[in-house]
Amino acid sequence: MITFGSLFSSSWPKIFQILAVIVIFFGFYGIAFAAGARIKGKKQNSLAIALFLVPALILVMAGLGIPAIQTFIESFKNADSSQWVGLKNYTNAVKDPDIRLAFINTISWVIISPVIVTTLGITLATMLNKMKREAFAKSLIFMPMAISFVGGSLIWNLMYAYQEPTHPQTGLVGQIMVWLGFELKHLLLWSPWNNLFLMVVYIWGFTGFGMVILSAAIKGIPTEIEEAAQLDGASGFRLFRTITVPMVRTTIIVVLTTAMVGTLKLFDVIHTMTGGNFKTDVLSNRMFDENFVYLNYGRGSALAVLIFLGVIPITYYNIRSLRLERKH
Amino acid sequence: MSDKGHASSRPFTSPIASMVVTLIAILWTVPTFGLVVTSFRKKEDILSTGWWTAFKNPTFTLDNFRAILFESGGTVGEQGMIPFAINSLAITIPAVLLSVGMGLMAAYALAWIPFRFSDHIFYGLFALQGVPLQLSLLPLLTFFATGVQLFGHTIFPQLHIVGTLASVWLPHTMFGLPLVIYLLHNFVAALPREVMEAARVDGANHFEVFRRIVLPLSVPAVASIAIFQFLWIWNDLLVALVFAGGTDDVAPLTLHLANLGGSLGSHWENVAPAALFSIIIPLIVFFSLQRYFVRGLLAGSVK
Repeated sequence: MITFGSLFSSSWPKIFQILAVIVIFFGFYGIAFAAGARIKGKKQNSLAIALFLVPALILVMAGLGIPAIQTFIESFKNADSSQWVGLKNYTNAVKDPDIRLAFINTISWVIISPVIVTTLGITLATMLNKMKREAFAKSLIFMPMAISFVGGSLIWNLMYAYQEPTHPQTGLVGQIMVWLGFELKHLLLWSPWNNLFLMVVYIWGFTGFGMVILSAAIKGIPTEIEEAAQLDGASGFRLFRTITVPMVRTTIIVVLTTAMVGTLKLFDVIHTMTGGNFKTDVLSNRMFDENFVYLNYGRGSALAVLIFLGVIPITYYNIRSLRLERKH
Repeated sequence: MSDKGHASSRPFTSPIASMVVTLIAILWTVPTFGLVVTSFRKKEDILSTGWWTAFKNPTFTLDNFRAILFESGGTVGEQGMIPFAINSLAITIPAVLLSVGMGLMAAYALAWIPFRFSDHIFYGLFALQGVPLQLSLLPLLTFFATGVQLFGHTIFPQLHIVGTLASVWLPHTMFGLPLVIYLLHNFVAALPREVMEAARVDGANHFEVFRRIVLPLSVPAVASIAIFQFLWIWNDLLVALVFAGGTDDVAPLTLHLANLGGSLGSHWENVAPAALFSIIIPLIVFFSLQRYFVRGLLAGSVK
């Protein structure tokens, strides 16, 4: 039996650490602000930059900037980074059948799931607009956003649970297949369709995001435009196609690209549900395995760089639109 | 325009639309509901029948929860699940505080203190926000263990934090900062110029302006981004695996749960209540603060 006493004795150092971080943070900046408020004139600009901006910049550079450059360099070295090997990690990665499969799977993830998420998102947002109990339905569909992908993976593991056909099924999806008269399958082992079953977890988790964002954009469409289209006789699907979709085009792109970056980096679902086995591996999971299971740092780094290359066009596009926006 | 015109102001408005929406809402809820039901069922029942049959002759129990929370030396760990929840808190709270606190100050500096390269730094941060954290994991881990050496000189000392909670919340802070700065910059930069300038004319310097004007006005924005960060960090697996993977002592709930899912895969009497336990706090945060959360999402996506 675990008692409150035993829990407390093992946890209090951690609780103490939380409090220590809070006290040190507020203590440091409390003193800094008290001292800073007395300083007038030109010096205060530099002091404010040093205290406001520099700590954050140091953390970002140490945590993201410099390590990213290091990974780039490592990707041209061998497994234990003792020798330069040129582009070998990249060429070998393309030749290796397992990694090639991870590539193909990643590409199908990046194409299929964002399209489904966005389509479902805009359909739901349009249908729900001004519907009764809109907020309630939205909450239910949005709820998986709060659940970790580890939790979501376990929830879906239960949905996909498989028992021998002679036994009663314990997974709802398998049971539904039985009810509908389909041949019973162990869904997570059923290649290549198991990739789709894994995508379902991501789609389930992320559709709420698309729906909420697109819903806000739809509510922002000026009513005059809709009314004018209706006077011209547009309604139902035509109104959706000619007014709703074009008016929220930028938001559709935001949802699509966010989901694309998300799936490109997606790791939790694969790691938790199949561990990349049964032909479901993706780049992000493979990168983790190369680095931490096979201890091949060179190849792991090369895969990380490849993921980065996939993100670059999206980041470039975003920076371009941001610059345009700021110029206005 | 008659009734017909009113109805068509909502594309897809029809009984079919309501049915589709209702169906999807049910589909989206059923899996979680299945987990909830399963965690209250007896071990024998879970193994022999599907959870949807549980309502025919209901025999529910709290034993599963007692086992994962209060039974020492049980299958889910020596001290049960609670220490992992404390780890999650001890990782999430410092990381949220530091990333949002430092992010707000940095956002103010970039928006309201004029200096050279201010724009360059802003775009640089925005670009870094797109860098997959996969690119940084391994070097950062080495950096914590050995420091940074360049041509035999130590340019950054070794931090003695490997295997501690700090080695998990520090990376979260680092990885979170670019997005937090960007989102808060959008907000802080939009504060009325007259208010800021009036305060400056009255003799207030940056420290006073920040404390008296920016901080109070930013509370709603800070709240929404803090919730966003909270859920993001609480739900993370990858950073936890890399930086806390070696030891149960600092492992958060998600990491422990992923391990349980692997080792106890079919022991749903343990895995189901453990999973439910791990999603309870984010669900409470989400449902009680949903309005702020949505606002935070929108700030990041549509402006």
